[in-house]
Formats: sequence, C-alpha cells, structure tokens
Amino acid sequence: MAKTLYDKLFDQHVVAQRDDGSVLLYIDRHIIHEVTSPQAFEGLRLAGRTPWRVSANVATPDHNVPTTIAERAKGVEGIVDDTSRIQVKTLDDNCDEFGIVEFKINDDRQGIVHVVGPETGASLPGMTIVCGDSHTSTHGALAALAQGIGTSEVEHVLATQCLVAKKMKNMRVNVVGVLDEGLTAKDIALAVIGAIGTAGGTGYAIEFAGSAIEALSVEGRMTLCNMAIEAGARAGLVAVDDKTLEYVKGRPLSPKADDWDAAVSQWRELVSDEGAHFDAEVELDAASIKPQVTWGTSPEQVIAVDQLIPKAEDQADTVSRDSVSRALSYMGLKGGEALSEIGIDRVFIGSCTNSRIEDLRAAAKVFEGRHVASSVKEAIIVPGSQQVKKQAEQEGLHTIFEAAGAQWREPGCSMCLGMNADRLGQGEHCASTSNRNFEGRQGAGGRTHLVSPAMAAAAAVAGTFVDFREL
Amino acid sequence: MKAFTQHFGLVVPIDRANVDTDMIIPKQFLKSIKRTGFGPNLFDELRYLDVGEPGQDCSTRPINPDFELNQPRYAGASVLVARDNFGCGSSREHAPWALDDFGIRVVIAPSFADIFYNNCFKNGLLPIVLSAEQVAELFDQVAAEEGYSLTVDLAAQTVITPAGKVFNFEIDQFRKDCLLKGLDEIGLTLQDSEAIKKFEQAHLASRPWLQASEEKFSA
Repeated sequence: MAKTLYDKLFDQHVVAQRDDGSVLLYIDRHIIHEVTSPQAFEGLRLAGRTPWRVSANVATPDHNVPTTIAERAKGVEGIVDDTSRIQVKTLDDNCDEFGIVEFKINDDRQGIVHVVGPETGASLPGMTIVCGDSHTSTHGALAALAQGIGTSEVEHVLATQCLVAKKMKNMRVNVVGVLDEGLTAKDIALAVIGAIGTAGGTGYAIEFAGSAIEALSVEGRMTLCNMAIEAGARAGLVAVDDKTLEYVKGRPLSPKADDWDAAVSQWRELVSDEGAHFDAEVELDAASIKPQVTWGTSPEQVIAVDQLIPKAEDQADTVSRDSVSRALSYMGLKGGEALSEIGIDRVFIGSCTNSRIEDLRAAAKVFEGRHVASSVKEAIIVPGSQQVKKQAEQEGLHTIFEAAGAQWREPGCSMCLGMNADRLGQGEHCASTSNRNFEGRQGAGGRTHLVSPAMAAAAAVAGTFVDFREL
Repeated sequence: MKAFTQHFGLVVPIDRANVDTDMIIPKQFLKSIKRTGFGPNLFDELRYLDVGEPGQDCSTRPINPDFELNQPRYAGASVLVARDNFGCGSSREHAPWALDDFGIRVVIAPSFADIFYNNCFKNGLLPIVLSAEQVAELFDQVAAEEGYSLTVDLAAQTVITPAGKVFNFEIDQFRKDCLLKGLDEIGLTLQDSEAIKKFEQAHLASRPWLQASEEKFSA
C-alpha cells in the first residue's frame, strides 16, 4: 500500500501496538535543554531509574543563557539572574550525574537545540527525534519524525526510550510555483498559517511539498517545519532529496564511509509514495506570496506588507470580532492602518526559526551600507549557535551589523521568549524573526510582529515596516 | 500520577479562543526547577496589573478586577471553560502544573492544542472537548447563574449541568484508564522492556550509523 513519508517514519519505529490504537514509538534521538528537563531528571531520581540508552541523548542550554558578550564571558557562574543560573547549572549537574553528553554554555557546539541538532548531525533523516520544546518540528526538514513533548514525556523517553503515541493524520501542503526573489521560507510559513489558521494543523503531521519547497534550501525547510507547530501540527516534514543528503554529509555525527552508502539507500525511501493518502491537502501559489508581517497576537493574524490591518467590525462572527478587537487593543492599533504607520522600538533577528547562516546573510544584505534608524532603541542579532556565529564572523557579517549600529550577540534563544535579559518593554513594538507573537511573549506588554530576517533588517533601517525590496 | 474519577466544581469562564501557554504561565516562571508552586502565577499577566517576577509575594500585588479569576463569584473555581484551540503554543508542562496548582481539575473547550492536551493527562487534569455549540451554551449559563457548577464523571464520560442536562464526551481508552487509576505510565511501559530491547537490537543493527555516531558523540 502506498504510504506517506509520515506513515513510513512512524511504522519504522513501532515497538508495540496497544488495543486502543496507541503504540510504543521508539525514539532515536532525545535533545534536552535546561527549562523542561529538571523535573524529569528529578522524577528519574525519585523512582530510582536511569536513562535507557544514554547515548541517545544530547543536551545544551539555550533558553536562559545571556547573549551579551560581557555576561557570557564568565560562563555559568557569570549568569547574573539567580534563577536562570540555577537552571543552567541544574542541567550541567543532571547531565554529569547521568552521563549525558552536554554542549555546555561556552562549548563551541552550544546553541539553540533546533540549530545544534541538524548542524552537528545529531539529527539525521529517518530518525524519530523528541525534545521538550514545541519547535522540535524543525528537524522534520531532514525527513525525520520530530516532535515536541512535555516534561512527563521527557522523563518517559529518558526511562524507556519510547513515547506512547497515536498516529496523527496526514496533511500535505503543496506550495507550487516560484517564490519572488528575496522572499523566504518564513514568508511561506506565515502565509500557510494565515491560510489554515493556528489550529488548522491540529492532529496532523504536515508534509510540505511542491516546487517552491523543493527550491528551498534545507535551512529554509527548517524555518518552515519550525513553524508547523504554529499551525497546530506537532510535526512538519519535507521529503529527502539531493539537498538533504548534501546538507547531512560530513556533519560531525553523520554516517561515514560504508555506513554513508547504506544510510543513503535507506534515506532515499523517505518520500511519500505516489498515490499515498492524505487526509487533507492544501495548495498555495508561491508567486502570490508577498513579504508577510503579523499585526496581532496570534501567528494567523498576518498580512502582506502592502495590506491594511483589519478592522474588528469587518469580521464575520462574534468570536473573530472579539479576538481581532482584543488583539488590536493589545497591539495599540485601531484597525485599518497601513503597517508603515507602526513605529518600531526594537528589532530581534534570531531564534530557532531564523538564526542560521543564510538568515544572517539575508539580514546583512539589507543592513550593508545602511544604518539602524535613530527611532529604534536597539537591534540585536543573535546567532543560533556557536558554529553559526563562527561562520558569520568568517564571512564578516558581524562587521556589517555593527557598522549598521546593530548589536552582535552570543548564541541562545534570547528575545524570542525573553527568559534571559533580552526583553521588550511595555508597549514596545518589535520586528522579530521569531515564531510567536502571543501577548507578553517577548516581555510583559511587548508587541511582537513576526517577519523574515530581510524584513526585520529593513524595519530596523526604516524604523517601520517597508518592503525590503523597496528600501 | 494523580487519579481522576469524578468531580463537582464551580465553573470559571475564560471567553477567549487560542489561549496560549505563554498566557497560562509566562516564561519568567519557567525558571523554577520544581513541579509545584505555579498556581499564584497562573494567567499572571491577565490577573495582576504589575509585572510578575519569580519569588514575589503575590498576595500583595495589584490585581486586575476585570479578569474572571479575580471576580468573587468565581473564587474557588475548579472547572475552566474556554473557546477553541486552548493551550496552543509552547510545550511547557508548567501550563497544566499551574492550572493544577491553582485548583483547576477540568478544562472544557471545543478544541485543544495537541501537546497541551497530552500534558494534562500526565497531571491528573482532565481536558474535555465539547462542541462549539455546547461550550457556547455553558458560557451563557455561567453568565446567567452565579455559583454555576458542573459534575464531571470520567467513567461515564459525562458533564452534567445543574439543571441535569448531560453532555457526553469522547476520550481515548488508554488515557481514560490511566487517569481513572492514576497509573504510572513509565512503570506501564517498562512492563514491555523485553519488547523494547528486542526492537532496539534489530533497529540499531539495520542502522549501524546510529551506533557509530554515538561513539563519536561521547568522544
């Protein structure tokens, strides 16, 4: 029977089937960070359990780590915030105690879990990958079944190497045609969420397919799969092609020599079969996508840069009227404005969505020869990992950012969620390359607008939202 | 895990769709390394007028009188009713921990985000899906009647209104059993240890690079 890519990945990992349709799903890779793991390790200790296959795990601190050069230089002990320091130290202690490999705060492999996994080869095609973080869907770009889990499941995976799972439904999002030059996976992701809504993918694994997806780089596919969760889907997927193999080859933990050939012959099968059944299919024309900007407090509240912000009274039903009205009020908007009427206070380029080398290159291209507007308080560029930082510095991107008046920081999650010191103040508008524009996400009272790296850089230069191609 | 069988409790309405986990428990409280103590910071940004920080004495903070959880008529509520896509966003289990710590035992909505829904069951918290029309009916009744309370019976899969109207709900058998008996899921899975070992051996043998990479990993 013809199978989807998701069906194949799922079926290859079923350990045991239960009567109610749930299965024990074997987990190949478990990635751990400091925020969602301490209670899981504590649970293991209390029950006297140990990790089932210790080498399946890899850890790195990312959410709490400071990104300023001065605070970061002193390592864990230098973290000023007591609770953040304790949480990072707790991860170190737990990994040491249980013998888990950890890329510690200033290790040259440290970074955001979803950047580090693929770039080290810890995440590979065909794997099942879990992490106590919803953006684990990112790794699906490598044709891996990757999903976010809660802390109880982190403990469960540590103790049993399995997840109790039920098969999701299959959705395919076909993005056909050719994307305009300079537009990116971020614009596709936001356009998809705008089309299907933040709950449109609930209960599904979404496979992204079509000529526009094939044309994306593997890093772009990561951006897209990363945002699958913002459409409600726990897992996003892209089939294996030559680009996937080229990306994976030569990574520190990728298979070598004969193993490489054996792996490739298995990985080549990681595509949906002709005629495989999808429970839902969505089609988008890439050529119709313009630079996307969110105006509200949910990723689905998104428009193209040249569209007007919606008005509450134009909404079809009471529930939408209420949510649009609430979002407008939180964002300090009336409805009906152009995006160019919004004054930008801060700019954040980074996060597991958009902190890879090609994201930084796209931002640098816009910043080159230009300067951050005087009305913008701060523009920070936070690379996704130590490796990305090193690469960017070799290419001289950091000098472009600094010459433009932006700050070049140390790797971590940073202002995507502001668990460290990088936060928005009350009422501040931020052009952000992150993934969530929820109320208070980047700081209490902060107002987030999700955009691509090029659009964020353009917003930094213009002090408001402009089409980066018209700057 | 905490068991859930039956519950009778006061209902608090949160009339919003897309209630996200950042809203349920903002990130600054995620720095705790414990599972408990999140209740005072449940819906922190909606509940209080100042900016919440970990370690504060919440009893002296200025409260937002407009927010439902602060209204006297909903004091002591243990059943929360909300609109579509409740619990979307981050996978933080701190969200159900905060709801539980506050005293919420049941959340009723027309739909839930997957990870949040799953996380509830690990913590003796029961998420119930009713239709949008049924939820709308509950909102109307809560607004109309002070002290409005519901009876929830997990074994019978029913929600019963004060007037005796019964709403049936669906739930996976495995999740239901675990919750009714308060079973330790890890302990249950470990009963299949032999099957896991057998699977693992064959799985890794046919994917030798998983093993090979791990040696490098530890090096």
